Amino acid sequence: MHFSPFHLYRAGDSVLHGLDPRVKLLLTLAFILSVSLAPVGAWPIYVLLLAFALSASVASELGWSFVLRRAALALPFVLAALPVLVTVKGDLLVSIRLGAWSLSVTAPGLERFLSVALKSWLSVQMAILLTATTPLPDLLLAMRALRLPRLLIAVLSLMWRYLAVLVDEALRMMRAREARSASWQGRSGGSLLWRARVTGGMAGTLFLRGYERSERIYNAMLARGYDGSIRSFPLKPLSPAERFILISALLVLLALLLVGYLLG
Amino acid sequence: MVNQECLAVRIQGLNFAYPDGHVALRGVDLSVAPGERVAIVGPNGAGKSTLMLHLNGILRGEGTVYVGDLEVAEPNLKKVRAAVGMVFQNPDDQLFSPTVFEDVAYGPIYMGLSEVEVGQRVMQALQQMHAEEYAPRVSHHLSIGEKKRIAIATVLAMEPSVLVLDEPSAGLDPRSRRTLIQLLDGLAPTMLISTHDLRLVKELCPRTAILDEGRVEADGPTFTLLTDEDLLEAHGLEAV
Repeated sequence: MHFSPFHLYRAGDSVLHGLDPRVKLLLTLAFILSVSLAPVGAWPIYVLLLAFALSASVASELGWSFVLRRAALALPFVLAALPVLVTVKGDLLVSIRLGAWSLSVTAPGLERFLSVALKSWLSVQMAILLTATTPLPDLLLAMRALRLPRLLIAVLSLMWRYLAVLVDEALRMMRAREARSASWQGRSGGSLLWRARVTGGMAGTLFLRGYERSERIYNAMLARGYDGSIRSFPLKPLSPAERFILISALLVLLALLLVGYLLG
Repeated sequence: MVNQECLAVRIQGLNFAYPDGHVALRGVDLSVAPGERVAIVGPNGAGKSTLMLHLNGILRGEGTVYVGDLEVAEPNLKKVRAAVGMVFQNPDDQLFSPTVFEDVAYGPIYMGLSEVEVGQRVMQALQQMHAEEYAPRVSHHLSIGEKKRIAIATVLAMEPSVLVLDEPSAGLDPRSRRTLIQLLDGLAPTMLISTHDLRLVKELCPRTAILDEGRVEADGPTFTLLTDEDLLEAHGLEAV
């Protein structure tokens, strides 16, 4: 059993894999921004944005259904937008009676709900594509280039490095408990309260081990000269081709938004 | 006796107690000449790791510690840490960066070297550990033996004059252990190795110091000490 947060990344040598992580991060953010700014019910624009996402997905050579399948994970979150069905005023579509309550679903409400659902699905697709084609170390570099606070990036990088180590530790502990959780004559002993206390103790132990490990990591950082400031190299500038890709894709997104507002 | 001025490490009357009151070191004296390799052996809890952490000022007790002509004290800490390469027991604690390259580059970057120099240092250090091809890899996916070699490379990249290793062979399978001993044998810096692995001591270190309950109980040629069965047994060790 080996947990790994690295399963997000899918190795490959497509155009998208080879693209500079800064370009990919910027474009992903720009895409998500355009999607959220697109007017409600501007269906043609949604189709064009979906085409944008799908072409990126095809360029990644991960198989066109890969991103769509993973994006389905985001669907439960759409439930958070359910209330707009009944809170937006407009032409009545259906009325639902719940005892003393009566909920009326309106046409603009439905339109807004479908827009929100589509928008979140589109945004998630692009984020999935970004993490599937860019290893996290590269993504951290890109965040640095976008001037995210260095301390935050250092925290993210340590989290990524040690998440797997901690989960492995937890799994080993659970396996050790499993190995001693025998049952005699088909029934297992111990009250529920007692079991809860054992589990609580395990969580506490895990916390303490994590804390001690952080102390040792800090020592290892000090031993190599860490003085509280985060240092790293300047990144090399983008090549003309990368700039061209970045600017033209940004222009396409901007044009889509403009068309959306002009139509709407 | 070696000339006091040109010692690689000089520890005099070092005492240390942890904040919880546990006394870990009681008047430790130890001098190491440049290029010398000294093994620090002793039972668990003898104070070996505590002593190691004093060499670059992560812990500071009463007494004096000199590395070369630098006293291990607040104003010199940065220079001391550049001069002393410390390899911790658990490589997972030492390899804290996302990729091997970034980890090996960490020390040189903090030393203020230019990008080109850092790149050279990283490749040299990895070459010394026969691990050039690991540079772009993610540390989490490496085996313990590989992690150990990378951990040593992370300090070699700082070109230290003293290399301090805490239990370098712990948890390694025989083949990784053999590779590690060969690689360490090829390195130039002064070495202090804290270990229980007396066969490694025999091969790498001409001199051994036995530490027990925070005191140096014996200090002399490895051959003499490791053949004295009574002495070894008295300090929880076993002749090999």
